Amino acid sequence: MDEKNLDIIKDYKYGFSTDIENIKAPKGLNEEVIKFISNIKKEPKWLLDWRLQAYKRLKVLKEPDWQKPKYPKINYQDLYYYSAPKNFNEKPKKLEDLDPKLLETYKKLGIPLDEQKRLNGIAVDAVFDSVSVATTFKDTLTKNGIIFCSISEAVQKHPDLVKKYLGTVIPITDHYFATLNSAVFTDGSFVYIPEGVRCPMELSTYFRINASDTGQFERTLIIADKGSYVSYLEGCTAPMRDENQLHAANVELIALDDAEIKYSTVQNWYPGDKDGKGGIYNFVTKRGLCKGNNSKISWTQVETGSAITWKYPSCILKGDNSIGEFYSIAITNNHQKADTGTKMIHLGKNTKSKIISKGISAGLSDMTYRGLVDISPNAENSNNYTQCDSLLMGNKCGAHTIPYIKNKNSNSNIAHEATTSKISEDQLHYCQQRGLNPEEAVGLIVNGFCKEVLQQLPMEFAVEAQKLVGISLEGSVG
Amino acid sequence: MENKIKIDFDKTFKNYSSNDELGFKKNNLENFIKEGLPGRKLESWKFSDLNQIINKNIGELNFYIDPSKENLIDNTLIIKDFDHNKIVFINGKVEELDFSFEDKDKVKILKEFEISTKIKSKNSLLNLNNAFCKNFYKINISKNYTMNKPLIIYHVSTNNISSTTLNSQLNFILEENSSLKIVDIYEDKSEKNFINIFYSFILKENAILKNFKIDKLQNSNIKYSYNNIDQSKNSVSETFILSNGSKFLKNEINCNLNGQYSSAFINGVFSLDTDKHHEIRTSVNHLVENTKSYQLIKSVLDDKSKSVYQGKIYVSPDAQKTDGYQLSKCILLDKNTEFNAKPELEIYADDVKCSHGSASGSLNENSIFYLRSRGLSYKQAKKLLISGFLLDVIEKITDEEIKSFIKKTMELNQ
Repeated sequence: MDEKNLDIIKDYKYGFSTDIENIKAPKGLNEEVIKFISNIKKEPKWLLDWRLQAYKRLKVLKEPDWQKPKYPKINYQDLYYYSAPKNFNEKPKKLEDLDPKLLETYKKLGIPLDEQKRLNGIAVDAVFDSVSVATTFKDTLTKNGIIFCSISEAVQKHPDLVKKYLGTVIPITDHYFATLNSAVFTDGSFVYIPEGVRCPMELSTYFRINASDTGQFERTLIIADKGSYVSYLEGCTAPMRDENQLHAANVELIALDDAEIKYSTVQNWYPGDKDGKGGIYNFVTKRGLCKGNNSKISWTQVETGSAITWKYPSCILKGDNSIGEFYSIAITNNHQKADTGTKMIHLGKNTKSKIISKGISAGLSDMTYRGLVDISPNAENSNNYTQCDSLLMGNKCGAHTIPYIKNKNSNSNIAHEATTSKISEDQLHYCQQRGLNPEEAVGLIVNGFCKEVLQQLPMEFAVEAQKLVGISLEGSVG
Repeated sequence: MENKIKIDFDKTFKNYSSNDELGFKKNNLENFIKEGLPGRKLESWKFSDLNQIINKNIGELNFYIDPSKENLIDNTLIIKDFDHNKIVFINGKVEELDFSFEDKDKVKILKEFEISTKIKSKNSLLNLNNAFCKNFYKINISKNYTMNKPLIIYHVSTNNISSTTLNSQLNFILEENSSLKIVDIYEDKSEKNFINIFYSFILKENAILKNFKIDKLQNSNIKYSYNNIDQSKNSVSETFILSNGSKFLKNEINCNLNGQYSSAFINGVFSLDTDKHHEIRTSVNHLVENTKSYQLIKSVLDDKSKSVYQGKIYVSPDAQKTDGYQLSKCILLDKNTEFNAKPELEIYADDVKCSHGSASGSLNENSIFYLRSRGLSYKQAKKLLISGFLLDVIEKITDEEIKSFIKKTMELNQ
C-alpha cells in the first residue's frame, strides 16, 4: 500500500482494487475522519454532532466477546471508513453517464438497472461500496408520495423526517458495532411510505462490497406511516477477497398505527474459501419498532454467506395489538460460523410474535440460534410461539440453540420448541430409490425442511433463495 | 469484605497446623476473594444476581462460627415416616453420621483430606466452600452393595446464628453395582444466612444414585446447592428437586456422562410465593456414545415470586446416538410473577436426537370452566389443576416410599 496517500485528508486516492477510481478517507478512526465523511456528504451540523456524540460513546464502549464464533481482533485504525466511486461528484443523470465498468459489475450481479427491466416491478437503489449511484422507478414511487432514496439524499431533501426518526430504534448509546455505525455510516437507503399508501412494488437494494479494506457501514431507515404497507428486499454479494472484511450495518424500521413492514434478506456474501480463509464478517444490527397500534413487522432472512454472521433482527412490540414475525434459514458450510436469531420484546397489550428458525450446518461449520422473548409486565394477553430446528450434516459441525425466555405477565403465553437431528436415512433411502442421486436427495429434503420460511419470501427472492440453499450445501454430502 | 473474611478464616483455623489441607484452603480463599460472590455479569448468574441478593437480604456476611457452642440434635426434626440412615449437619458441621441400618464394612466413611477427589469447577462458591468447610467426608458404598434404607441428610441451622455463611461438603463414591438413595431435608430455625452446599458423586459401572432434594420449610435463608455427578458405563442417576421454602435457592446439577449407556434424569418442581426467587441450573454433558438424559421442570408461581430454569445439554463430537430431552413448563398465577428460562442445546455430533420445549402462561380458562361446570368452586378447580400439573413430575419418582413421602409433604393427594 502506498504510504503517502494514507495521511492526507481530502486528497483523492486512486483506486487499486477495481478499475473504478475511489475517493477514500485515510485509514483510521478519529474525529477528523468523521468530520471528513460528514463534510463530503454536505451534512447539516446536527448530524455531525450526532456522529461525534456516537464516537465519544464508542471510545468508552468495549467490543463484545460473548458470541460463539470468535474472530481475530479487528484493528479499527487499519480500516478505511469512506470510499466512493469518484465520478459521484458529478452526479450521473442517465444510465449511460455511469462508469461502464460499474454497469458491467451490476450486470454480473443481475441488477435490473435498465429501463427495460421496469417490467420486473423492482425499484433498485444500488449501493456500490458506500454511495448510492442510481435509483430507478422513481416516477411511480413519487406519484404515490413514496420516498425511496439514499440516506444522504434524504438528509438533504427530507431533513425533518431523518432527524425525527434516525436513531430512535437503534440509539447511539447501543452496543459497540451499532455505535460504530452511527459514528461513521456512509450511506444506505431511506424509505418513507406516507399515510394510507400501499407501496405498489417490492423495494430492493443490492449491497456490494468491493473496495479492499473498506468496512461497510450502511444505514437503512424505513418508516411506514399510518395504515401503509411496504415490502423491502435486501440482497448481497461480494467478490473474492483474502482478508476479512467487516460489515456493520444498522437497519431501523418504524411502523406507525396499522402499518406493516416486511423486510426480506438474502445474504450470500463471500464466505471464505474451503480452508476458512477470508470471507466477510457480517455484524449487522437490525431492529424494528412497532410504534403504533395494530402495526406489524416481519423479518425474513436467508443467510448462506459470510465467514461469520452475527445478527439478531429484532422487533420491539410497543403498540397494542402489534405483531412481530421472524422467519430465518441459516446455512453454514466449510468453516463458516453463524450466531443469529431474534429478539421479540413485548411491551404493548395483545401483542403477538412468531419465530421460525431453521439452521443447517455442514462441513466444519458452527451454527447457533440465540434468541430472546421478553414479555413485560404490562403486555397483557401477549403470545409468542417459537420453533427452532437444526439439521446437522456430518459429524464435524456444531448446532446450538440458546433461547432466553422471560415471561413477566401472567396472562401471556410463551411456547418454545427446538429440535436437533440429522437427515433421516429413511428419507434419503426413499429419495434415492426414486432415482435421485444423493446430492439431489439432500437438496430436496433440505428444501422441504426450509419450506416454511421460503414461503414467506417474495416471489423474486424465493426462486433465488431456493437455488442458494442447494448451492450452499454443494459438496457436503457423502 | 476482604479483611473480615481473612480475620474470620484465621480465627476458624487457628488450631490447624500448616499442611496440604490448610494450603488448599488458603488457595481457595484467595481465589474467592479475587472472584467475589457471583453476580449478573456471569452468564450462569444472569437471572439471579447472588451478590445483590445477599446484599439486599443479609448485608455483610460473617464467616466465623463459634465452635464452643454445643449443637444438640432436636429429635422432633427427625422424619418418622420411614426408617433411614442419617447425616445431620448443624450449622454446617456434621454432628451425626448414622448408618445403623447397613453392614458396617460395606459403607466406609473416610475423613482424610485428599486433594485428588475434589470437584473441579470454576466457581467462586466452590472456593468459598473449600476454604471454610471443616470436614471433607468421603462416603464409599462398596461393590455390589445396595443400601437397605435410604439416607436422609438433614441440613439444620439453629436460631443463634445470623448473617453467617454455612459451608458443607460431601463426597460419595458408588462402587460397581452399588446403589444409594439420598433425601436432603432442610430444617431451618435460623433467619438470613447463606447456606452453601457441595456434593460430589462418582458413579462406577452399573451404580444407581437417587437424590431427592426437599426444600419445604418456610425460611428467609439464601441457599446454593451444587451436585457434581460423574457417571461410568451403565450407571443411572436420578435427581428430584422440590424448590419451595427458602427465600432464595439455586440448585445446580452438573452431570458428566462418561460411560456408554449411562443415563441421567433430572426432575424439578418450583412452587413459589411471597417474593421468593428460585433457580435450577443444569448442565448435562454427553461425552460418549449411547447416553441418555431427560429433564422435566415445572413451576407454579404466585405472589411476586420468580423462577429460573437454565438447562443445558452438551453433546461432544464423540457422543453419537445421544438422546437428550428437556421440558420446562410454568404457570403464572399472579400479575407480578416472573418466569425465566434458558434451555440450551450445544451439539457437535450429528446422529443425535435432542429437543427441548418451554411453555409458560396462565391457568387454562377452559379447564377451569369445565371443572366449575362440574360443581367445583373456582378455588377447588384451581387447586386441582395445579396438583395435576405438579403431580406429573412427582409421578416420575421411581421410589414409592419417597414418592408418597414427598406427596404428603407437598399436601398433594390424588
